[in-house]
Amino acid sequence: MTSNNTPVLEVRDLRVTFPSESGAVRAVRGIDFSLRSGETLAIVGESGSGKSVTATSVLGLLPTSAQVTGSVLLEGRELLGLSDTEMSKIRGKDIGMVFQDPLSALTPVYSIGTQLMEALQIHQNLSKQAARARALELLELVGIPDPKRRIDAFPHEFSGGMRQRAVIAMAIANDPKVIIADEPTTALDVTIQAQVLEVLKTAQEVTGAAILMITHDLGVVAGMADNVTVMYAGRPVEAGTAEGVFYEPHMPYTIGLLSAVPRLDKTERKALTPLEGNPPSMVKLPKGCPFAARCPIAVDICREQEPRLVDVAAVPGLQSACHRAAEIGNGDLAREGMFPTPELSEWEGESDRASRPEVLRVENLIKHFPLTKGAVFKRRVGTVKAVDGLTFDIREGETFALVGESGCGKTTTLLEILDLPRKQEGSVVVLGKETKTLTGKDRRGIRRDLQVVFQDPMASLDARMPVGDVLAEPLRAHGWSKEKIQARVPELLSLVGLLPEHAERFPTEFSGGQRQRIGIARALALDPKLIVLDEPVSALDVSIQAGVINLLDELKVKLGLSYLFVAHDLSVIRHIADRVAVMYLGRIVESGDAEAVFESPSHPYTQALLSAVPLPDPRKERERQRILLTGDLPSPADVPSGCRFRTRCPKFVGLTEGEAERCRTEDPASTAMAADHSAACHYAAALEVV
Amino acid sequence: MGRGMGRFLLKRAINYLILTFIASTGVYFLASYCLEPAMNLLSRHPRPPMSSVYSVLASQNLDPRVPVVERYWTWLTQILFHGNFGTMIDGGSVNAEMGRRIFVSTELLLLSTLIGSITGVMLGAWNALRQYRPSDRISTIVSYAIIAMPVPVIGITLRTIDNWMGSPIQYTGLDDPNAHGVVAVVLSNMQHLILPTLTLWLVQVTLFSRYQRSTMLDVLNADFLRTARAKGLPFRKAIVKHGLRTAVIPVMPLLVYNIVLLFVGATFTEKLFGWHGMGEWTVDTITTNDINSVAAIGVFTSVLVLIAGLLSDLVYAALDPRVRV
Ligand code: SF4
Ligand code: SF4
Repeated sequence: MTSNNTPVLEVRDLRVTFPSESGAVRAVRGIDFSLRSGETLAIVGESGSGKSVTATSVLGLLPTSAQVTGSVLLEGRELLGLSDTEMSKIRGKDIGMVFQDPLSALTPVYSIGTQLMEALQIHQNLSKQAARARALELLELVGIPDPKRRIDAFPHEFSGGMRQRAVIAMAIANDPKVIIADEPTTALDVTIQAQVLEVLKTAQEVTGAAILMITHDLGVVAGMADNVTVMYAGRPVEAGTAEGVFYEPHMPYTIGLLSAVPRLDKTERKALTPLEGNPPSMVKLPKGCPFAARCPIAVDICREQEPRLVDVAAVPGLQSACHRAAEIGNGDLAREGMFPTPELSEWEGESDRASRPEVLRVENLIKHFPLTKGAVFKRRVGTVKAVDGLTFDIREGETFALVGESGCGKTTTLLEILDLPRKQEGSVVVLGKETKTLTGKDRRGIRRDLQVVFQDPMASLDARMPVGDVLAEPLRAHGWSKEKIQARVPELLSLVGLLPEHAERFPTEFSGGQRQRIGIARALALDPKLIVLDEPVSALDVSIQAGVINLLDELKVKLGLSYLFVAHDLSVIRHIADRVAVMYLGRIVESGDAEAVFESPSHPYTQALLSAVPLPDPRKERERQRILLTGDLPSPADVPSGCRFRTRCPKFVGLTEGEAERCRTEDPASTAMAADHSAACHYAAALEVV
Repeated sequence: MGRGMGRFLLKRAINYLILTFIASTGVYFLASYCLEPAMNLLSRHPRPPMSSVYSVLASQNLDPRVPVVERYWTWLTQILFHGNFGTMIDGGSVNAEMGRRIFVSTELLLLSTLIGSITGVMLGAWNALRQYRPSDRISTIVSYAIIAMPVPVIGITLRTIDNWMGSPIQYTGLDDPNAHGVVAVVLSNMQHLILPTLTLWLVQVTLFSRYQRSTMLDVLNADFLRTARAKGLPFRKAIVKHGLRTAVIPVMPLLVYNIVLLFVGATFTEKLFGWHGMGEWTVDTITTNDINSVAAIGVFTSVLVLIAGLLSDLVYAALDPRVRV
């Protein structure tokens, strides 16, 4: 793990300021860290904490308007102040970089091979053949299957996970001393994330490089990092070994962050602990501790003096920036319960599922799209089976979650249901009414009872409309009188935890979490029965996310709602769902009571999915055995015969020839595992993976 | 580019050919209905007898007593089987005149379009890199001024400036009729090229640079440019190799169509500077009721559209792997 040679990268008192129209933005306000070969340091923080700016300034890739002071030493050589030409000799050679979004990180007009060879030839005097040979080696190393054939492919012909592998290959092409990975897996699905993190680890082993990892995902940190620095408002507030920071944090922000994350390994049904409030503005920072406004244990001195990052005597290597760190350390201030956790209201209706009324019933839902080719002359070359026979039902007061990775068809399912289809091979029954036979008036009624909340709160709100109008719009559309609307708007705002006077403001004046609350208030305006939630919290920071999830939980009980919750984050789903269905290539492969599915996942895909989710717990992470899936999701236009998961199924590999033949030829039907738990696998068997 | 691309282009070519045919036919009918070649002969002094007018017209396949469809058929078969576009109203061969004029236009346009495209792309990219700096602001103002200015105004302004400075540059016609000997003629010809080329260049460089500037701005914040720099490419190299290379793709169709269609569109410039090219001819033939020539120009123009279309498809496919099928 940690080697005790001198650090390869040393950052001292780094400060970055950007000019802006409203004043200087002090994005980074003094950070120190050092990095040794073979070691991984994670800088964790939420959006705007300064973590990405820190990484970018090490590479010297900030816009020229940024003022950077302090010192960045690479093996003793000062990098700040070097010219672009001098930095170019270091970038890509001594320091490799992996960016967040692999979809846009590669130049669309050059082949993968060309770009990889370019990375080699900039820094090494290699002939074309030699560069190509080395590029093939690198692609092999990062796990691109059949590199000889794929090397000449263009970026648009690669999947997201493949592209990120290619980017990693580029980053390690010249045996760098440091690899900077800026949210390297944030844009990827969880099973692909697991693969890519594995590739990063391999890359580190091969090159012996130090990794500087920038991320907001505490689970990823726990699995990857030796050391962790937590940033808040441009400064490190806690730094130390991963174990120190995760198990003995001495700074309330770290404590709050850790308790706000929904965890896959927490079985007990409890509300999440939200971190109320928002980070301060980086233009006008208040005096004192930047966290004071959100800190439940703030005292007078906190609002006067900003605490410095100092060693915590009790935990070797740990540094914290909190006036009350000592009290936290000696137990006078308990970590548990430091942030108030709201009581979870209990569902008071009928507890027996079977006797509750059905709000949505979907039977054999099918959505196929024609696959066309050619830019001008479109010709049909196949069928994309986006949704291929889906059956489920939602009862009153229930949260039903549809989980799956991108391309599994969950969003298509949702859109098809919202469409209240007239033409549909299967059937969609909303509140007891079959959508195919609905008349105009009934349709309107259903549209009122069925509402939707989208992922991106900003995109779904009109920025030029004050919030009051945003909320009044659906009411007006359904013919409410002016007086009734005027009474309803403040009621809605307080329902979602906002203030009635917020009605005057515009959506841009709200933070992401507040905007999502507005989105929810809008959906609630007409007193719906069923709300469809499309990734409602995935664009939010962890600390904000917890509050929104609690709100959803609370509203469900209070208003007797039912949710169809579509998401990819399994920890969130584990937390909020009563029942789950796991989708793969347009089908449900496993479904049932959330408890049963999470505790004893029986389909190999569910098992792999759950095992890919990183836990925010370094010790557990280290001991876990991951089921790594190989390859990418097959195209829904080319669904494998028999069991559609067999091309990636880890179980399939271990089957005897006779057993395997069944997987190849026979489409597995859903079979009951328990009372409310079924899986579609010929050889389904429960396995504990978390 | 694989076989798919070849098939795609073939399909496109067939499409364009059909369009060319329809457009040419349209022009022939339109010209036949709108133009009155008989007027040219009847306005002569002394006024020729009707019978001789008709016989002259008939010899040129312009006899109004013959149904237009029949004249069209003759015209078409002459072109298809003999490559003959008929005779001009003054009796000369359309083929010969057109050949000469295409040559003149080509000489006039080749240089200005080449320089115009290259400098336009470069200027646009440079402006994008210097967005909001004084140089970019000035370019923007000057460009809009030039774009708003009709071509004759630009040409006349240049001529006036030249005259005012004591005519250091001669500009009327292709060359000085007094020049003798190959060297002198060539030199004089080059001098005569300066002002019209400048006029055409100004128009093109402003148009292309505006367009290039906006596509370049889109690319400047792209992640892949950051990746290119993170690999170790210095700023300038990354910009040119990854940024400009990508940003130039959407400009290509505009560039190609503009350049190719200029062959019949440089009317004002040719008129102003006395170059007897295709642009000038377009106007002249209409005013002289010269049906056969107008129809020939129609064919020529639609062939240009065909070439421009194919060329721009080809260039696009060569530059952007994403459209190759
Ligand atoms: S210094 Fe004060 S406000 Fe800041 S984290 Fe510590 S207790 Fe809270
Ligand atoms: S049916 Fe066979 S291939 Fe499919 S999930 Fe089960 S074991 Fe794997």
